[in-house]
Amino acid sequence: MMSEVVILRTGTANLASVAAAVHRAGRRTRITDSVDDITAAERLVLPGVGAFGAVVARIDAMHARAPLVERIGAGRPTLAICLGLQLLAAASEESPGVDGLGVLDATVTGLPPGVRRPQLGWNRVTADPGCALLTDGDAYFANSYKLDRVPDGWRGALTDHGGAFVAAVERGAVLACQFHPELSGSWGQALVERWLELS
Amino acid sequence: MLLPRVIPCLDVKDRRVVKGVRFQGLRDAGDPVERAGAYAAQGADELVLLDVSATPEGRGHALEVVRAVREALPLPLTVGGGVRAAGDAEALLDAGADKVAVNTAAVREPELLGRLARRFGRQCTILALDAARAGAGWEVVVRSGRDRTGRDALEWAAEAVGRGAGEILLTSWDRDGTGSGYDLELLAAMRAAVEVPIIASGGAAGPSHMAEALAAGADAVLAATIFHDGHTTVADLKAELAALGVEVRR
Repeated sequence: MMSEVVILRTGTANLASVAAAVHRAGRRTRITDSVDDITAAERLVLPGVGAFGAVVARIDAMHARAPLVERIGAGRPTLAICLGLQLLAAASEESPGVDGLGVLDATVTGLPPGVRRPQLGWNRVTADPGCALLTDGDAYFANSYKLDRVPDGWRGALTDHGGAFVAAVERGAVLACQFHPELSGSWGQALVERWLELS
Repeated sequence: MLLPRVIPCLDVKDRRVVKGVRFQGLRDAGDPVERAGAYAAQGADELVLLDVSATPEGRGHALEVVRAVREALPLPLTVGGGVRAAGDAEALLDAGADKVAVNTAAVREPELLGRLARRFGRQCTILALDAARAGAGWEVVVRSGRDRTGRDALEWAAEAVGRGAGEILLTSWDRDGTGSGYDLELLAAMRAAVEVPIIASGGAAGPSHMAEALAAGADAVLAATIFHDGHTTVADLKAELAALGVEVRR
């Protein structure tokens, strides 16, 4: 029997939507706030909704920083979503002075003036041809902040809203999406399923 | 580029989809999970589910419906109706909503928007605003259109965004269920008043109405009657929008 997919509760996020996408792929889920699960889980989802600083504070309060950094550094199957992607960066303009997990050599910046903010809706995603998981498609975003470029050592996909920015990055079994794959229709569902099937 | 959204709306009462005209005379329009699945398969970009029951019992039914729709739906789900406190919003989010819309309670207690935005984020905090023409402008109406508030709709929207609303679901009370087209003047005035995304609602009978609303400044177009009555499918409608020069999601 395949092991369940563990979803880390980092605060109030749309955990039911993430869980439903995994269920549609025929897999079971378990939501946890236990730090031990970060190391033990075969597959971990790191969702995120809310402010960068608040969620980093929660991760530190639950002593989840070191196990998350170690897990992602080791390339163990991990799916980070929305703010979950931004948490992997070194810092964010949203919460100056707060250290992110620093797994990605990048700083998160705000969407530029003159564009609809938050970006709430579907946008075109173009994947680097070398990607194993990511493909071109239309994805659902809900963000006011973004990563400007794909960090060295990662493959990625870009989108554009007042300028190009990172839609997602991947390295081995680690996939981090600015968009919500669980809400991105059949294209997003297929991406979740490719991640679930990757060994 | 950000693509416009086509959003079917399910008004739900006692586990059934219902639809009326100007919020009255509700008729049965099917099973919510079945409807949601069909609209998703047809290429809907998002779904709005409004709980139009007004009782605690109805509220419990609405949570069940949200849970069931969530399991089937790989799309963003906005849920509104009867949200009076952060706890109500949290229950809906736990059940599977991605965004929560507040209407009457926000008019009565505007700081509710600030509390929701701080706790769940602005992207999750949607102001549902029902506007009725009054003199040269529009007035906010609440309690499903039964009460006129005397408040200017544009001023209220600007205040709500300042307090934390990240999107406005703007329904023209005058046009709701009539098929006479969205209130384009209202949309253009709202576009000038706020920077957040606007969902146009009330009056759509076909793709030309939707293209007009998008040109007037809407980011998304919501409709109920035309889809429920089988006048068109989301797929046909998006194909017609594309033929009118509107770029839509594949």
